[in-house]
Amino acid sequence: MTLKTILATDCGSTTTKAILIEYLNGEYRLTQRGEAPTTVEAPFEDVTRGVLNAVMEIEELSGRTIIEDDQVISPSNGTTGVDIYISTSSAGGGLQMMVAGVVKTMSGESAERAALGAGSIVMDIIASNDGRLPHEKIKRIRDLRPDMILLSGGIDGGTVSHVVELAEILAAANPQPRLGQEYKLPVIYAGNNKAQDQIRETLGDMVDLDIVDNIRPVLEKENLEPSRDKIHDLFMEHVMQQAPGYKKLMSWTDAPIMPTPGAVGSLIEMIAEKEDITVVGVDIGGATTDIFSVFQGKFNRTVSANLGMSYSICNVLAESGLDNVLRWVPFDIDRKELTNRIGNKMIRPTTVPQSLEELFIEQSIAREALRLSFKQHKEFAVGLKGIQKERTISDAFEQSTSGESLVNMMDLDLLVGSGGVLSHAPRREQSAKMLIDSFMPEGVTQLAVDSIFMMPQLGVLAHVDKEEFKDESRKAALEVFHKDCLIRLGTCINPVGRSKPGDIVLNAELTMPDGRILEQELIKDKIVRIEVPYEPVKAILRPGKNMDIGAGPGQEIATDIYGGTVGLIFDGRDRPISIPSDPLKRLEALRSWSSALNEYPE
Amino acid sequence: MAHAYTPGLKVLHYTKLKKNRRLPIKGEVSKGKGDKVNADDVIAKTDLPGNVNMLKVANLLNISPADIHDVLEVKEGDTVNKGDMIAQTDGLFGFFKSDVRSPISGTIESISDVTGQIVMREAPIPVEVDAYVEGIVSDVIKDEGVTIESEAAYIQGIFGIGGESRGDLHVVVNNRDEEITKDSINSSHAGKIIVGGSFISLDAYKKAIELKVRGVVVGGFNYFDLEDILGYTLGVAITGTEDLVTSLIVTEGYGNIKMSERTFNLLKKHDGKFVSVNGATQIRAGVIRPEIVIPLDADQIPDNKKDDRENLGIQEGSLVRVIRAPYFGKIGEVTDLPSELQKMESETMVRVATVKINSESFTIPRSNLEMLETD
Repeated sequence: MTLKTILATDCGSTTTKAILIEYLNGEYRLTQRGEAPTTVEAPFEDVTRGVLNAVMEIEELSGRTIIEDDQVISPSNGTTGVDIYISTSSAGGGLQMMVAGVVKTMSGESAERAALGAGSIVMDIIASNDGRLPHEKIKRIRDLRPDMILLSGGIDGGTVSHVVELAEILAAANPQPRLGQEYKLPVIYAGNNKAQDQIRETLGDMVDLDIVDNIRPVLEKENLEPSRDKIHDLFMEHVMQQAPGYKKLMSWTDAPIMPTPGAVGSLIEMIAEKEDITVVGVDIGGATTDIFSVFQGKFNRTVSANLGMSYSICNVLAESGLDNVLRWVPFDIDRKELTNRIGNKMIRPTTVPQSLEELFIEQSIAREALRLSFKQHKEFAVGLKGIQKERTISDAFEQSTSGESLVNMMDLDLLVGSGGVLSHAPRREQSAKMLIDSFMPEGVTQLAVDSIFMMPQLGVLAHVDKEEFKDESRKAALEVFHKDCLIRLGTCINPVGRSKPGDIVLNAELTMPDGRILEQELIKDKIVRIEVPYEPVKAILRPGKNMDIGAGPGQEIATDIYGGTVGLIFDGRDRPISIPSDPLKRLEALRSWSSALNEYPE
Repeated sequence: MAHAYTPGLKVLHYTKLKKNRRLPIKGEVSKGKGDKVNADDVIAKTDLPGNVNMLKVANLLNISPADIHDVLEVKEGDTVNKGDMIAQTDGLFGFFKSDVRSPISGTIESISDVTGQIVMREAPIPVEVDAYVEGIVSDVIKDEGVTIESEAAYIQGIFGIGGESRGDLHVVVNNRDEEITKDSINSSHAGKIIVGGSFISLDAYKKAIELKVRGVVVGGFNYFDLEDILGYTLGVAITGTEDLVTSLIVTEGYGNIKMSERTFNLLKKHDGKFVSVNGATQIRAGVIRPEIVIPLDADQIPDNKKDDRENLGIQEGSLVRVIRAPYFGKIGEVTDLPSELQKMESETMVRVATVKINSESFTIPRSNLEMLETD
């Protein structure tokens, strides 16, 4: 069944965003968007109020009647209403979970991966070996008041006592849910199947216990799906039921409401699978930075809870250190003055950079927030730990262990940025440069930004389960993602290896869309930009001696690369990027990189 | 006339303030509806469950968890004192007995023959909640607490540290652009809430702590000095649980910024009055700002009991303060609110206001302005 009109909302913690997708001239396109403040808190305490306000904006812009009697009309009856209405939510702080596992780096980490993958914030990981005494763990559980707990531990048929011990700690803490005093806290058990009866006995009456398949049935295998699905179900059944207005909102939607990051993650997972590419996606917000990746077919998500651009901007400063922020700032500034300025942004989070100086500072901090979040992501997105690997004689000389990061920048095909500082930078060149400076892509990598952050709505659209809509909504999500959501910035080309100043690190032969042939030389530590729209450019890339552009040291590659609003960016800088420590040389380097990209006004 | 919504801090000469005072868990409420309360009065109390101690009996006695009941000398629900016998093995012919004694005084909560450990709970911890502000109990939340209604002058700061505190208000500067220096604080300020103008240095604040001043209300403070006070870098503005003798309430922001005239004059008007302050700040959705509550005497309550003018947003003629560089802290009058987006020096496209500062006109993003209310 063709869907003619699709309405999707995302109830964020501060703003509710609505988009209208229509089927026009044989394709799905985003036609309108509207937004309004979220109304979860007093004086409204009803999320649907904000939804209606955002949708009313769409009504005004499109001239289409979508609301009747304070309710979204779905299904559509011709000229009014919409065929399908869906929503995501992170209002009220999103889904906050605590996870528990016997061994922190094994079942604990698997539980954390499942919770993060489902779109939750992980407040803490309780593990038998986390170094805390029982009473400290109990106090922590009591103080945090999570929305839900995921308990795991032990392989199927393995030792029972460790995981039961964790359950005893939970029971002693008698945790209370964050929202509403009248219901029992949902606890999911996804551990050793042999311990299920004892777990039921220990926790049964006290909490609302659900038992699913073991998250780590054998050491070598991680089975996250059952836990992730159960988290989604419970999010709908319990947590959402308690949040003001959600019962009503749930009755309007044609598919279950998904936690916002869960929806974004599932969209990225789907794109990676469908196009058979590796993807890294980032959403940098005011309080947190979310990173999603798909490498080797494995999806990972991390939330850096206190790395953001307003509420937690001072924490970026604290974690990265002032010097790391200052190395990106292309002018001298008094350190105390700078910290006061950043502090004032934290306490007045809605202000915008008026002067160029302020923009420099803000984008320098963004680079560090992104760099630190990605570092955390790389540390988390690893293969399973605790596994014996088969080793051959040649492996014996390599110091490889289990639990290596899956993130390999040379393999990365597409890097997508979103969030205010990336999506709304005054020049797209700035977004591209921030992404390159902080993620440091290697080889050939496409860059893009989410135009208005509609990935959450598209994510939930791609996962509508109703049989009659399933295929069309998936198609609509993908079409809109490519045509309206992604702004293609271009491609970053970076050869990696050891080189000396002045070396030619790459020669490129480019056949441009108009047939012209262009030869381009790249010198170490230089950036060269070639303006090309989002069209294929046939490229033969010949790396310098010892340099690798993807096929191994000194090996050339022939491939199609794509331009975009910024174009092709040949980046001759080292990985990691080295910034001269001498103040004058540093300023000179920063200015030369900026001017190559036309990043800032002269 | 064009206007724009901008968040402003409350500086109210009169308001009817409602404060919910609740226990963390259910307990006993000692005040009834209509009761008059003082700030220090206890309104509810309860006992928090005591700390839990887990004793690995099977491990300690080197027996199988399943055999735990054979060695235990206590059962679930028993009360024990520190040092009491908990479990003992038979030993060999009555010799070489091993035992486990209670590490705490408390009760036996549960015994597990799966893990071989027992859970013991210490004595309950009593918790009391006081009224925090002077006023009348307007509502009782059964078993949990009360709502107190207070007719008061009310001031919000932009940022604070330290929790609830109270004392007599004492203005220690002559005008709002004067700093609180080390010399302006002396032992007579112990137990008081002192008010300054534009700034307090780290040294002066430390002296206030040393002299047990209960609170400082001031225009500005240096962000980097917070680390010295707190012992860590404040990354996220969520405060209120710091264990500080002297709560700090900053009314304008980080740096040296003179206190707004309205705030300073209101505090000065109530110099000497007993006030309640709270430094707790949460800058997130559902923002909490630090506050100063000044309960009013009957003769200070206006006849026309209407809250001060609500913030209607910025309009032409509004007095505003710039809250971001390059004009941070400057005060001016809005002369125009053009509706089109305008390009700033940073090339950001924003909605702006034209602001006259010292007879010169500036174009400033509306989101970088804060309304200053005047009487």
